[in-house]
Amino acid sequence: MIKNALASALIWLIAMLITGVFAWLLADIIIHGLPHLSWSFLVEAPGNAGRSGGIGPVIISTGLILLVAVITAVPFGLATAVLLSEFTQRNSRLGRLVRGSLDVLSGVPSIVFGLFGNAFFCIYLGLGFSILSGGLTLACMILPILIRTAEEGLQATPNDYRLASAALGMSRSATLVHLLLPAATPALIAGLMLGLGRAVAETAALIFTSGYVDRMPDSLFDSGRALSVHIYDLSMNVAGGDANAYSSALVLILLLLFINSIALSLANHWLHRSVVTV
Amino acid sequence: MFLLRTDRQLAFLLGSCALLSAAIVLLILLFLVKESWPVLQHVALMRFVTDASWHPVQGLYKLTPMLSATLYSTLGAILLATPLGIASALFSRYYAPPFLAGCYRRLVELLAGVPSVVYGFWGLTTLVPLIGRLHPPGVSLLTGILVLTLMILPTVALTVDAALAAVPVAYVRSAAALGLSRWSLISGVALPAARSGITAGILLAAGRAIGETMAVLMVAGNVVEQPHSIFDSVRTLTANIALEVAYATGDHRAALFVSGIALMTLVLVLVGIAECFPRKRYYD
Repeated sequence: MIKNALASALIWLIAMLITGVFAWLLADIIIHGLPHLSWSFLVEAPGNAGRSGGIGPVIISTGLILLVAVITAVPFGLATAVLLSEFTQRNSRLGRLVRGSLDVLSGVPSIVFGLFGNAFFCIYLGLGFSILSGGLTLACMILPILIRTAEEGLQATPNDYRLASAALGMSRSATLVHLLLPAATPALIAGLMLGLGRAVAETAALIFTSGYVDRMPDSLFDSGRALSVHIYDLSMNVAGGDANAYSSALVLILLLLFINSIALSLANHWLHRSVVTV
Repeated sequence: MFLLRTDRQLAFLLGSCALLSAAIVLLILLFLVKESWPVLQHVALMRFVTDASWHPVQGLYKLTPMLSATLYSTLGAILLATPLGIASALFSRYYAPPFLAGCYRRLVELLAGVPSVVYGFWGLTTLVPLIGRLHPPGVSLLTGILVLTLMILPTVALTVDAALAAVPVAYVRSAAALGLSRWSLISGVALPAARSGITAGILLAAGRAIGETMAVLMVAGNVVEQPHSIFDSVRTLTANIALEVAYATGDHRAALFVSGIALMTLVLVLVGIAECFPRKRYYD
C-alpha cells in the first residue's frame, strides 16, 4: 500500500518536474526574446556582427535552404515510398536492400551529414559554401523520415481500392494517381512537416555546408546563414549578442509551432475531403 | 507480377529513384573513407589511442579524451533520462486523467521538437551560471549531461509510451481483475511486457546522445583533456569536428573525418542492436 502511494507521488512529482523545466525554458526565451521582437527585427539586416539590427537575410536564407531540401527530397522520397509499398513484395530483395539502407541513413549523426555535405557537395561537386549545398545535405537527412511516413500512409489505404480499380481494368499508375495518393495525402503532408521540422532545427549539418555569411543571398550559389546557425554564432562567438539570440530563438520556436499547426490543420482538411479526385 | 507497359515504365522510374535514395548511404561511407584516406595511409590506427595528445598540426592524433567525453556524457544522460522518461510515460499512460494525459503527451512531443541549438543556448545562459555558482567556471561535463538529458528525455518518454500502448489490453484488465494495486500492475505486468520496446527506446536515445553536437558544444567548455570530475570542461567527438573542420587542412582534416567514421560506427552499432528488439515503430 505504502509502495503504491509512494510510486504515485514520485511519478506525479517527476511529471511536474518535466513540465516545470519546459515552462522555465519557454518562459526564459519568451521573457528575454519578446521585447526585441518586432516587424523591423524580422526584415532588417543584422548589423555589428548580429548585435544590432534584425534577421531579414537570415530568414530568407533559411527559407531558401528549406525550399531546396524539400524540392529535392520530396520526389525521391515519394517515388521510393511508392515503389516500396505498391511495386515490391514485402520481402523482395530490392525492398529489403532499400529499407535496410534507409534505416542506416536515419541513424547517421547530423554532424556526419555535415562532413559528407562539405566533402561531396561543397568540394567534390564544386558548389562551395552555398545555400544549394546546405539544402542538398538536409535533403539527404530528411529522406528517411519522408519515405517511412509516406510508405506507412500508402500501406494504410484500404486494399479494396486496389482490388476495385484492378477489377475495373485501371492501370496501376492510374490507381496510384487517382486513388492511393489522394487517400494517403494526410500522411504524406504529416511526413513532410516532420521532415521540415527536423530541417529547420538542424544546425550541425549546416555550419560547414551553407556557411556563416549573413548578407542577403543573391542566388542559390551564395552562402547563407540559417536561423539555427545564427543563434549558435550569436551566443558562442559574439559577445553581447544574447539579446538578439533570444529573439532569434523565439522566432525559430514560433516557426516550428507554425509548421506543426499547418500539418495538423491540413491533415484535418484532407481527412474531410472525399477520396476520389476525378 | 503482371504489369501494363505504362506501369512497367513507372516501375522502372520508381526503381531508379529508390536505388538512388539507397545509394546515399554508400556515398556517405565512400566520401568519409576517401577524405580520411591520406591520414589512414601513413598513420597506424593505434596512434589515435596511443599518441601523446591531440595536436593534429604537429602530427599527434590522440582521440581518446574526446571519445571518453562522448561516452561519459552519453552515459550520464542515459542514466538520468531513463528513469525520468519511463516515469513520464507511466504518468501519461496510467496516472493522469485522460484530458491531462493528452495535454502532457502533446507537451512531450513539443519538447522533442525543440531544436538542439535552443537547448544549448538555454543551457549556456541559464544552467551554466547556476552550476558556475556551485563550482566555477560552470561550463562542464555536468552541464553537458544535464542538457543532453533534457534533449533525449522526450525520445525515451515517447518510445516507452508507444511500447506501453502496445501491451495487450487483456493483460492490464486481468491484472486489474485480480485486484492488483496500480503500482503492482505496472511493475509486475506492464513494464515487463513492454521491456523490449523500452530497451530499444533507450538504445535509440543513446544513439541520439552520441550524435548530438550543438547542445553539448555550447555548454561543455570544449577543452581537450581527459575529464577527472564532472565539473571538468570537456570536448566531445562531435564538438571537435564542428569546431575544427572550418579551418582544418591536409592530415588534420583527414583525422577529423576519421573521428567521423568512429562516430558513425558507434551510432550504427547502437541502432543495429536496437533494431534487433521487436517493437512498434516510432518515428521522431
